[in-house]
Amino acid sequence: MNKTDSSLLQAISDLHEIPAGAYNIRKNGEGHSRRSTANIEITTKEDKPGIDITVAPGTKNESVHIPVIISESGINDLVYNDFYIGDNADVLIVAGCGIHNAGDEKSQHDGIHRFHIGKNSKIKYVEKHYGEGEGTGDRVLNPTTEIYMDENSFCEMESVQIKGVDSTLREMKAHLKSGAKLVITERLMTHGKQSARSNVEINLDGDDSSAQIISRSVAKDESVQVFYPRAVGNAPCRAHVQCDSIIMDNAKVRSIPEIAANNEFAQIVHEAAIGRVNNDQLIKLQTFGMTEEEAEEIIVQCFLK
Amino acid sequence: MLELRNICFSVDDTAKGTLGILNGISLEIPDKTFTVITGPNGGGKSTLAKIIMGIEKPTSGSIIFDGTDITDMSVSERAKLGIGYAFQQPPRFKGLTVRQLLSLAHGNELPVDECCAYLTNVGLCSKNYLNRDVDSSLSGGEVKRVEIATLMARNLKLSIYDEPEAGIDLWSFAMLIESFKTSIRNTANSVIIISHQERIMQLADKLVVVADGKIRSQGTKEEIFPQLMGEFDPGCDFRGGA
Repeated sequence: MNKTDSSLLQAISDLHEIPAGAYNIRKNGEGHSRRSTANIEITTKEDKPGIDITVAPGTKNESVHIPVIISESGINDLVYNDFYIGDNADVLIVAGCGIHNAGDEKSQHDGIHRFHIGKNSKIKYVEKHYGEGEGTGDRVLNPTTEIYMDENSFCEMESVQIKGVDSTLREMKAHLKSGAKLVITERLMTHGKQSARSNVEINLDGDDSSAQIISRSVAKDESVQVFYPRAVGNAPCRAHVQCDSIIMDNAKVRSIPEIAANNEFAQIVHEAAIGRVNNDQLIKLQTFGMTEEEAEEIIVQCFLK
Repeated sequence: MLELRNICFSVDDTAKGTLGILNGISLEIPDKTFTVITGPNGGGKSTLAKIIMGIEKPTSGSIIFDGTDITDMSVSERAKLGIGYAFQQPPRFKGLTVRQLLSLAHGNELPVDECCAYLTNVGLCSKNYLNRDVDSSLSGGEVKRVEIATLMARNLKLSIYDEPEAGIDLWSFAMLIESFKTSIRNTANSVIIISHQERIMQLADKLVVVADGKIRSQGTKEEIFPQLMGEFDPGCDFRGGA
């Protein structure tokens, strides 16, 4: 692994070196290195590019890292990753993709992730997307996520895209059985001429299932963002959708939260707001001696924290 | 020392034309004094505080601070000279913790025990608050007390509090009074408090009554306080001009 690879790896997964526990590192469209553990098995798919990650029932306090790095220009990488989480497990999954595009050809990674979460299992999934490179080639990331949650499972998904991705189309779909709980936190910043679209559909199919979607974004320069979160209540359930965007410069933001109830006992709430950085916040920080620009940077940083 | 010279501030109102909010205010705030500005709602007190901090610019007049004309200085330039201002209605910040806000106020990372001391001074049980966001999950009174703590965390020559008692419960208020007393004793600097609270007025070296955009009277609390009580009698013009 060279310097660029290491710095990409650090940007997307806070890793300085090969992680402890199970991992699979994919580089420029090919498997780079891998380790399975007694409880977490990673195998290559036979019919299409990608891996199967199988977590044995009852696995506790283990982690699996599956970062993807692209350091060549002109790579078009499509990968299917399926997670089979056994019952009563508790694991951390760290994914993410970093692109360093020094050339003038487009580099693209489309990760299709499918999660099958067993009964009473608990997972935390963290996904960071990051792009860099002095080339003119676009850096494109189109993640698709499907989540199937069995009874009383819990899943916390955290996705972050803070810098350098020119175009992203994020698709997420989830089905929740009885007592399952899903919490999605999405943080996004776009700048320059970047565009980002996020479509999320949560189907609350089982009794007492619940979901929370929190989306925070900052759109700068000429960038464009579209959010389309949907919560569909098909049973007695609870869901809360919250989209909050700060808009700056000549950016454009569309937010279309949709809630649907197909059951008398479904309780679904949505909130959405788009606005500039609050003037009182700016003044408050200026009364500490900061310039307006410094104040703005802190407000944005905290908002996306 | 802070000196306000003939400060006027007016706004353009579509219905009424030019509306004078402050009409020629001249005031001296000497060093090491505790000044309470009081007066009826809408009389111009908060505008005056904002003009001292630089949040509003006077239409005419000048502001001299320690011999320097600061009339055209920005908010952050004035902050660097040692002027601080606690908002009557403080803004909330998503994702910013109480500890971070206090550290930003202080200028660098504050150790936990110092943060706790500032929070205790304003009646907040510090352990419960340090890592909480200063967002809508805090009540109005909690945000207000955090706001006051941000001023106490700074090293200021002039602190301005705009109605610090507003929204604060009786128990915390008593704590706050004690903190103000201590801060007056411990600091070589000046404090201006805009307040309607008798207990805060009782701390004052100097009381200033602002009404209709003018200074109606000023002096020691012994001189002003009895007049003020008289003005609250029914039938007086304190409640609306005329």
